[in-house]
Amino acid sequence: MARRSHVQTTINGETVEFLCEPRQSLLEVLRDELHLTGAKEGCNNGNCGACSVILDGRLVNSCLVLGVETEGKSVETIEGLAAPDKLHPIQDAFLENAALQCGICTPGFIMSAKALLEQNPNPTEHEVRYWLAGNLCRCTGYDKIVRAVLDAAAAE
Amino acid sequence: MLENKEHKVIGTRPIRHDGVDKVTGRALYGADFQAAGLLHGRVLRSPHAHARIISIDTSRAEALPGVKGIVTAKDIPDAGDKIADLGEGAVNLKYLCDNILASDKVLYKGHAVAAVAATNPHIAEEACTLIDVEYEVLPPVLEVRQAMEPDAPLLHEHIRTTSLGETAEEPSNVASHIQHKLGDPEKGFAAADIVVEREFITGTVHQGYIEPHNATAHYNADGQLTIWCSTQGAFTVREQVAEILQYPISKIKVVPMEIGGGFGGKISVYIKPVAALLAKKTGKPVKVLMNRSDVFEGTGPTPASFIRVKMGATKEGKITAAEAYLAFEAGAYPGSPVGPGAMCIFAPYNIEHVIIDGYDVVVNKPKTAPYRAPGAPNAAFGSETVVDEIAEKLGIDPLEIRLLNAAKEGDRRADGPVHPRIGCIETVEAAKAHPHYTAPNGKKHHGRGVASGYWFNIGLESSVTINVNSDGTINLIEGSTDIGGTRASIAMQAAEVLGISAESVNPSVVDTNSVGYTAVTGGSRTTYATGYAAYEAAQDVKRQMIARAAILWEVDEANVQFADGEFSSINGKEEQISFRDLCGRLGETGGPIVGSGTVNPGGAGGAYATHVVDVAVDEETGKVDILRYTAVQDAGKAIHPSYVEGQIQGGAVQGIGWALNEEYIYNDEGTMTNASFLDYRMPTCLDLPMIDAVIVEVPNPGHPYGVRGVGEVPIVPPMAAIANAIYDAIGIRMTELPMSPDRLLKAMGKI
Amino acid sequence: MPIVAIPSLLRNLTNGEESITVPGTTIREVIDNLEVRYPGMKARLCEDDRIKPGLAVYINGLLTRGSILESVDADAEIHFLPAIGGGMAAPSH
Ligand code: FES
Ligand code: FES
Repeated sequence: MARRSHVQTTINGETVEFLCEPRQSLLEVLRDELHLTGAKEGCNNGNCGACSVILDGRLVNSCLVLGVETEGKSVETIEGLAAPDKLHPIQDAFLENAALQCGICTPGFIMSAKALLEQNPNPTEHEVRYWLAGNLCRCTGYDKIVRAVLDAAAAE
Repeated sequence: MLENKEHKVIGTRPIRHDGVDKVTGRALYGADFQAAGLLHGRVLRSPHAHARIISIDTSRAEALPGVKGIVTAKDIPDAGDKIADLGEGAVNLKYLCDNILASDKVLYKGHAVAAVAATNPHIAEEACTLIDVEYEVLPPVLEVRQAMEPDAPLLHEHIRTTSLGETAEEPSNVASHIQHKLGDPEKGFAAADIVVEREFITGTVHQGYIEPHNATAHYNADGQLTIWCSTQGAFTVREQVAEILQYPISKIKVVPMEIGGGFGGKISVYIKPVAALLAKKTGKPVKVLMNRSDVFEGTGPTPASFIRVKMGATKEGKITAAEAYLAFEAGAYPGSPVGPGAMCIFAPYNIEHVIIDGYDVVVNKPKTAPYRAPGAPNAAFGSETVVDEIAEKLGIDPLEIRLLNAAKEGDRRADGPVHPRIGCIETVEAAKAHPHYTAPNGKKHHGRGVASGYWFNIGLESSVTINVNSDGTINLIEGSTDIGGTRASIAMQAAEVLGISAESVNPSVVDTNSVGYTAVTGGSRTTYATGYAAYEAAQDVKRQMIARAAILWEVDEANVQFADGEFSSINGKEEQISFRDLCGRLGETGGPIVGSGTVNPGGAGGAYATHVVDVAVDEETGKVDILRYTAVQDAGKAIHPSYVEGQIQGGAVQGIGWALNEEYIYNDEGTMTNASFLDYRMPTCLDLPMIDAVIVEVPNPGHPYGVRGVGEVPIVPPMAAIANAIYDAIGIRMTELPMSPDRLLKAMGKI
Repeated sequence: MPIVAIPSLLRNLTNGEESITVPGTTIREVIDNLEVRYPGMKARLCEDDRIKPGLAVYINGLLTRGSILESVDADAEIHFLPAIGGGMAAPSH
């Protein structure tokens, strides 16, 4: 087994330290070492977006980032989105629009939508579709997801 | 049986009960399961599409530090030639076992050969590369018509074609032949003024659920086996694992975790028995996960097929006869969905003279698995394209010709049974009346197409238990895993009976030790059959509550009635108590109330859909864009309309993917060359417009609220609808799926 | 009496007859009576006193559990059709 490195990073606002092998991806670290299983693995090669998290303000596929790369950086995951007694408006919009069926893609879509709305608070339908094209959903046909994101934008 | 009164809960759109867990990342899916001392398993897969296994040497892998156990087919008990009855159908146990871990032959690239458990997944993966397998490579056969040739390489020396109990002499890759015949097709064709005949080819496609298969297993010292996994049916996992390991079902507990999509692909087991074998060998909990290429290469897709359809009609558009030849690739072992394909192919029409032949053919590809309305989409691509051509040649509107020939209650299906109340005509009429159908669409290289589709829906067993809480809520225990909001649609049916809100029901999906037998979430049966069981369980609660009110008021039970959530006494005493308040008085009137309901209903009621699509064809690139899409479907009764729309939209979009992009691409050696989400191109949201889902409600007499299954039929019409739209746009009939840019360019003579 | 629709692939046993009226109050009785009139029929439909794997029984258009114990009304219409189900089909021996 390769030597494990010590990494210090910020996750959802909290300072976190962990040990990881150089070959472990951020997705593996989140899921297997830190038990933050909200980010999902759909493909492990950057093609489905189920593992989307925000790294220093940028949307990334956590399966394509190494755990050691997060040293000194800040990671936002789905677990950090809701306040203790209140969902994030995007989460509310997903529920109200029935924008999930099996829900495996949902954390990734919500993180993608958050990154979109942070840089473009009033996207058009086309802009939403363009931005979310890196996230696959096999259940919904995307209709209700796109509506949820447009609704969340309008609500914010 | 239908309740015609207005509903309070049914037809509304409450927030689903598992929603908050799923938008906050807290919901636990199979791969999220953790346990102390967990080992990680990986499966070694065959690099060859067809080969004999000469030897397997695991010694180098065993020597790798961190490796805790390795299993091969030798660890599976000998199956003999037993037929296992797995609830949804009989299964040859040897095939089932060999598909889990190959014993003598590998029959497709990706076929599992051995598995390793190690202290972390990377070590397990490394160990797989250290297992030495010697193969004698055999020529593969990768296409259904080639596999049917008399001199084709044989996958199984013992297979002889069976035709309803009659067995042929010579070995063959054709496992079975089925036939349906109605009337006198020759006579029917003789009466036709126009006959259209065409051949169609469809590619192998995958369900494409985003969550790969997963399983964690643990053996206790007392022999108790527990499996945590994502599955469409915990009980079918229990049955399959019990058969494969020849282990009693009473010693197996299957805990269904949340499931990230299935569409039929998470009914058969693959790595669940492997995890169990590794757990037994190591004495530790073992988690086995597939990666995406494992999913493409090692699980069941839905078959490629060759289809010939011939239909005849009079000048007036009356279809006089129809003939179909369907040859489906079963994959490595018999069992393609050619049966349902043959039963669905002409179901939207009432045709007097029909003959349908179907062939189930093994090829060196993964054993196929169900995928949404299995078999029907392939078949409908052929028949609905031919109907379109007849309409076009006769100058009749394509929806009009469907109305003219539409199947209705009392008509006979080509496979024999008579249709009960169905909504075929209603969906066509709704499509015709939709503004989409009359909107202008005259631009160059733009086209509009329509197609219809049918799927049976199935019933099967479901069990529900309801525990009444003292605050007027109920806990609803069910065994149907929730893939698309069925906790809500089932809870709503119980709520309706008891006059309480959807939010007053706490539904839980529990393990196989904690609820009565419940068949898979599949076949569009969950809201129908488990909902029916919830209705019965709620009726049971209602009856018991009436008895309690009678005790409370010291009146006869017959003098208590229940309406709108209130119990009241009639005949004399003017007493009234709400459901909620009576729940608070259960202790003093006799103790807790538990209601139960079990069903195995036969009246699932078939579902029809009619889709309308506008496309634009790019002449330069051959790319087809979907401009507008309307999907009309008979849901019987939409319990939670949002999730019915979601099923329709999702199914339509899977159909769009099947129509335009998706297929397994093989090289000559039988290796799938596009086993990733990058290259197996499923639709993204940028490829699509909004999908207008139109719900038609023709109540199903076989359900107390009129429910029909909704999950499957939306994938049936899209391929033909899009092919018909492409014809409208460029005047070329596309007869091969997918209708990808290269095929369009070829068809247009550009390459 | 119940009417049995004879699947096209079994019509060689019935001299082309497409439907046969036979007495019986259960599927088992119906099949036994069919066998008396058309020897060989039972072997095509049953295996070890059960409906053959891969076959489904429809009574009056409704799918049953495929048991030979299923009871049938006096005027029932019975169909034997391929089972829908994605499971692996039975082998041939
Ligand atoms: S798992 Fe990271 S993109 Fe699919
Ligand atoms: S809801 Fe299932 S993949 Fe999106």
